[in-house]
Amino acid sequence: MDAAAKSKLIKGSTGDWEIVIGMEVHAQVTSQAKLFSGASTAFGGEPNAHVSLIDAAMPGMLPVINEECVAQAVRTGLGLKAQINLRSVFDRKNYFYPDLPQGYQISQYKSPVVGEGEVVVDLPEETIRVGIERLHLEQDAGKSLHDRHPTMSFVDLNRSGVALMEIVSKPDLRSPEDAKAYVMKLRSILRYLGTCDGDMEKGNLRADVNVSVRKPGAPLGTRCEIKNVNSIRFIGQAIEHEARRQIEIIEDGGAIEQETRLFDPVRGETRSMRSKEEAHDYRYFPDPDLLPLELAPEFVEALRTSLPELPDEKKHRFVADYALSGYDADVLVAERESAEFFEAVVCGGASRRDAKTAANWVINELFGRLNKEGREIGASPVGAEQLGIILDLLAEGTISGKIAKDVFEIVWNEGGDPRAIVEARGLKQVTDTGEIERAVDAIIAANPDKAEQAKTKPAVVGWFVGQVIKSSGGKANPQAVNTLLRQKLGV
Amino acid sequence: MSVDADTVRRIAHLARIAVAEDEISHLQGELNAILAFVEQLAAVDVANVEPMTSVTPMAMKKRPDVVTDGEIAEQVLRNAPATQDGFFLVPKVVE
Repeated sequence: MDAAAKSKLIKGSTGDWEIVIGMEVHAQVTSQAKLFSGASTAFGGEPNAHVSLIDAAMPGMLPVINEECVAQAVRTGLGLKAQINLRSVFDRKNYFYPDLPQGYQISQYKSPVVGEGEVVVDLPEETIRVGIERLHLEQDAGKSLHDRHPTMSFVDLNRSGVALMEIVSKPDLRSPEDAKAYVMKLRSILRYLGTCDGDMEKGNLRADVNVSVRKPGAPLGTRCEIKNVNSIRFIGQAIEHEARRQIEIIEDGGAIEQETRLFDPVRGETRSMRSKEEAHDYRYFPDPDLLPLELAPEFVEALRTSLPELPDEKKHRFVADYALSGYDADVLVAERESAEFFEAVVCGGASRRDAKTAANWVINELFGRLNKEGREIGASPVGAEQLGIILDLLAEGTISGKIAKDVFEIVWNEGGDPRAIVEARGLKQVTDTGEIERAVDAIIAANPDKAEQAKTKPAVVGWFVGQVIKSSGGKANPQAVNTLLRQKLGV
Repeated sequence: MSVDADTVRRIAHLARIAVAEDEISHLQGELNAILAFVEQLAAVDVANVEPMTSVTPMAMKKRPDVVTDGEIAEQVLRNAPATQDGFFLVPKVVE
C-alpha cells in the first residue's frame, strides 16, 4: 500500500480500516423534450403543466424515444472513454409509488447503451483512475410534496419522464475526498459535453453512494447505499459518517446489513430508509412497447468527431502550449467558460499575450472578484477583451502593476475601454525622468537622516522607492525610481 | 415452476393489492395453473435462437427533440379523484 492509500485509512479501536466507495450518479440529460414524450423538460412551471398523456401513463399511450437524448447518452459515453453498445434494450423496473403513474420506470437493465469506461481524477497528492461500470438511460419520476396537507400528499408530474443518465462507477474510490473529486470531475466532463448542466441545487445531478469498510487487503465488506445526496459537501459528510457507523458496528461485534439509507444534512448522519421486507424487488423485464435501441456505427462516429475538447486534453494543451503549471491548468479547465475566457485573453490581442501573466490575472484577480460577489464567469463585468487591454498596458509599461489593479476595479464597476480610462484619468505611469527626479529630490530633502542611513543600510532604499511611488499616486515607474534614487543617494 | 402461499402474499404486497387470507389458496391455484400453461413453452428448444422482439424486421421509431405536447394540466387531472391547486392529491405516503 503506497503513502497516498495509507493516508486515507481511518483508525478504529481494532486498527486501521479502508473505506470502499462506488457511486451511482443520476444526471439529467440536457434536452428540450422528455425521453419518451413531446412534453417540455423546463424547470419549474405550474404543477402538471409540462405533462403529456404519456407522462401521466394514460391507458393506450405509447412511448417514442427522443433521438437527441440517445445522442446525449452516446456523447457522454464517448467523453467517459467508454464502450458504446450498438444494441441496447429498455426494461421495466416495477415499483409502486404515487409519483410514478406507470407503476414502472423505463430503464435499461441487462443491456445498457454505454459499457465500461474511465474517469481520470487529479488529486493534490496523486492521480486516480476511476472505472465506469456502465451508463444507461432511464425516466425520472414525478415529485411528491408531503407538507401541504395533514392527510394528503400532493403530486406534480412535471419531472415525470424527463431523461436521466445513470452513471455507475466501479468501487474504486477510497476516501470522501476521492468521491468528491470524482463527482466534480464527472460534472466538469458533462458540462463540457453539454449533456447535463450539472446543477445540483436543482437536482439535475445527484448521487447514490455505496459505502463499505474493510481491513486493508481483506475482501469487500457488506455495503450500504446512501440515496440521493445532492451536494458535493454532503457526499463527503455522508461517507465520513457512514464509514464510522459501520466500523463501530463491526468493532462492537455486530454485522452490517445491506440496506438503503438516507443522509440527513441537518443532523449530519445517515439513517435507514427501507425495511428489509421491502428490499429491492423490481421484477425487471424488457419493455414490450419498445424495440431494442440499435445505433449505426456512422451515428456514433459522427458524434465522436463532433465532441468538444474535454478537460483532460485541454489541461495537457495548456501545460504544453502555454507552459502553465498543472495546478493553474486544472483551475482554468475545470469550467469550459473559464478556459475559453483565459484563451480569449491570451490570444485576443494583436500578438499573443504572456500566458503566465494572463493565468495569474484570471485566477487571482478575476476569480477572486467573481467568488467574492458570487458571480459566474459568464456574468463577469470585465470581459476578456478588456482584461487583455489591461495586460497590454501593463506589458508596454504604460501603467504599473498597482494601477493595473485600480483600472481592473474601475472597469469592473463602471465598464469602458481600459486604454481610454487610463488616458482620461491620467493614470499613465510616469517614465519622464524629470518629473520623477523632482519627486525623488523632494523626498530625500524631507528625510536627511534616512538618506544618511541608506549609505550603510541599502535596505532603506526600498523605503525611499515606496515613498516616491506613493507621492506620485502610484504612477511613477518603480524601476526608474530605483535607478534615480541609487544615483542620488550614492549607493 | 409453482408458487407457494408466501409468494402469493409477497406478489400481492409488491402490487399493492389487498388480498384477504382466505383468498390466498384460491389465488395460489390460479397462478399455478397459469404457470403450468406457460410451462409448455419449455418443451421448445430455443438454444441459439435470438429472442424475437418484432414480427416484422423494423427499427425503433424515434422522435426529434421538439416540444410538441404538454400544457394540458386540465386534461391530465380530469380523471383524478382529488386535486388541489393543479396537483394530484393522494393519501399521505409518509408518516
